[in-house]
Amino acid sequence: MEREVRLLQGNEACVEGAILAGVRFFGGYPITPSTEVAEGMSRRLPQIGGRFIQMEDEIGSIAAIIGASCAGAKSMTATSGPGFSLMQENIGYAYITETPCVIVDVQRGGPSTGLPTKVSQADTMQAGFGPHGDYHAIAIAPSGVEEILYSTIEAVNLAESYRTPVVVLLDEVIAHMREKVTMPSKEEVKVVERRKPTVPPDWYKHFEISPTGVSPMASFGDGYRFNVTGLTHDQMGFPTANASEITMMLDKLKEKIIKNNETICEFELTEMDDDPKVAIISYGIVARAAKQAVMMAREQRLKVGAVRPKAIWPLAVNTLRKQLRNVRKLIVAELNQGQLINMIKHHVDRRHTEIIPLQRYDGELITPAQILNKIKEVKHHGTQV
Amino acid sequence: MADDSEKTKETSPETKTAEETGDKKKTEKAKHEGPPLKIFYHWCKGCNICIAFCPQKVFEPDRDGKPIIAHPEECTQCAFCWLHCPDMAIVSTEK
Amino acid sequence: MVPKSDVIHQYLRPKKKFPHVWCSGCGLGVILGSMIRSIHSLDLPKDDIVVCSGIGCSSRLPVYVDFNTLHTTHGRAIAFATGVKVANPRLKVIVVTGDGDCLAIGGNHFIHACRRNIDITVILANNWIYGMTGGQFSPTTPTGRRGSTAPYGNIEQNFDPTRLAIASGAAYVARSTVYHVDQLDKMITGALNKRGFSVVEVISNCHTYFGRLNKQGDPVEMLKWMKSHAMPIQAARKLPPEKMEGKFVTGLLHDEEKMEFCERYQQLIDELQSKEAR
Repeated sequence: MEREVRLLQGNEACVEGAILAGVRFFGGYPITPSTEVAEGMSRRLPQIGGRFIQMEDEIGSIAAIIGASCAGAKSMTATSGPGFSLMQENIGYAYITETPCVIVDVQRGGPSTGLPTKVSQADTMQAGFGPHGDYHAIAIAPSGVEEILYSTIEAVNLAESYRTPVVVLLDEVIAHMREKVTMPSKEEVKVVERRKPTVPPDWYKHFEISPTGVSPMASFGDGYRFNVTGLTHDQMGFPTANASEITMMLDKLKEKIIKNNETICEFELTEMDDDPKVAIISYGIVARAAKQAVMMAREQRLKVGAVRPKAIWPLAVNTLRKQLRNVRKLIVAELNQGQLINMIKHHVDRRHTEIIPLQRYDGELITPAQILNKIKEVKHHGTQV
Repeated sequence: MADDSEKTKETSPETKTAEETGDKKKTEKAKHEGPPLKIFYHWCKGCNICIAFCPQKVFEPDRDGKPIIAHPEECTQCAFCWLHCPDMAIVSTEK
Repeated sequence: MVPKSDVIHQYLRPKKKFPHVWCSGCGLGVILGSMIRSIHSLDLPKDDIVVCSGIGCSSRLPVYVDFNTLHTTHGRAIAFATGVKVANPRLKVIVVTGDGDCLAIGGNHFIHACRRNIDITVILANNWIYGMTGGQFSPTTPTGRRGSTAPYGNIEQNFDPTRLAIASGAAYVARSTVYHVDQLDKMITGALNKRGFSVVEVISNCHTYFGRLNKQGDPVEMLKWMKSHAMPIQAARKLPPEKMEGKFVTGLLHDEEKMEFCERYQQLIDELQSKEAR
């Protein structure tokens, strides 16, 4: 079957992925380097009967997409650091109300206005712990344009499956670069719909404790007339200050995600088959350089591999530990002052594995040459490679 | 969810006329068959609005400040009381 | 035929605990009743109604009513409501908000919704105070009046929400009070019936905080104040400015026909899809 091949920008691929996944509502606000997502959605959505609205600010944007989701639409917004910060309160609202939605964060230099037109990965921790309170995040992190298309589809599917907000963590470089994308057909794309209630309205509980961990979800107008609130609530969705009901609610938010850590978070491994003692872990655009560096190193007969988590939150720590069990020196390469590295240090056994940072936060990319140099430097300090 | 007895307690209407409470002497006959209004005493918070504003002075306060229909025969069904009741605790019995 | 006074109870959520959470004598209960009677008079199906609110005493209203209800974050109800309405324009979307929620933190969303003229009805319970958090002054607290964070009297000017709404482009703007319930019912009914952004400001009494801090601490007294200081617009137009000193205008203050957001967006969809078909 003939598949269309296009040259797409990362942000454009995000738009196409969202549409293939069934997103029919976008509420957004322009911010470099994510603006192309909003522009693309404004053009594409009315063509297919979807709806686009440019809200007055990012807070309005995230609010609108949550409202739209309650009304039954798959919804998305896109922003960058400053807008992502503004959105956090309502992202927390999406967590506690278990409302599916997708937030694309195209990372740029920060903090604050920072470096609007250049790259960073400095929102890594924020994607996992932006809002106040207790919740468990999902953040998907592609590293190329075609992958952005599929990651956006995956993000929408995860949001609908788990009734939770999902972050698509891009960076300025992969969002703006152009690469070849072989477009999947509509039939090829696996689209997940949220589970609808199977009981009559009077028996419906919008936050019912269910065997799967995720409650079925009615939409406004379906005849179910339920209450949604940001207050701690019982299974009916009525506010409660009762200790055991609150514990039940918060445990539900936790369990539905952490039980599925290992399936939500996948890894891409490069040259890890022969158990190298030196490895690089990175994500996003940095992982492209890491892959390149590994190729270059192997050409120079240096035994090294690369690990790329495709989701930063949750990090599938069991799988990760298995992958790294023979690694003695782990280089954590990221475009920030050390965020992913905190999680790595926390989860990897440091008696066996030395964790070495490789950080850059000046708006420029970590190059394959820089990674290769680090590999050599690390190798010199007595590792059997 | 509240248990059944709790629910009954909160939603069942109760009516107190002056005769039932015995707080006020009642000599005149009521104009209508039965009381003109029904008061849900478990919802009423005794704010005094109906008592203070009734143009016909139909109500008088009990010990808790809640209204007793002391002069049902004076009621003209002007609707001020139940329109202004913040607790939705008064309904008219007029069909 | 259900007697008029029984109407309210058919629209309350039977599984929710009553009596409601508001203070004894609080005008919000009156607003709830008025809103329900208006909905009933227009025969709007319960399943199609969405009531959104933010944070504050006014925002505790939706949980009590048997509709689709969305209790959101402080100041953001209108933005959430916009998403609901645009995603499913068939739904009848009502926002219940307060003077702080709507005009302080929510001010930006308010003026943009007016500007878009999106078909949402806002019922703005204006009690001149932040009740839920203990009586701080709000953007509508009259100059000179006390609040817990204005212990020497408010030094700031206060908004007139209706003028703000009209200037921002709302199609239907009205004001009433929790004393003038007949008028309030009419204003809310008109607002719900209006295709466009409609705002009904309702002067309400917080005798617990505003009243107590300003020596008007009794609901009956506050209602009497509303009665003596409200001036219906038809009468106000005929009076000289001196006679209006200290009074506020009530009734339908603005009503115009103009293009509504969802309608216009649907036109865009239809245009694009018919071009595609050709």
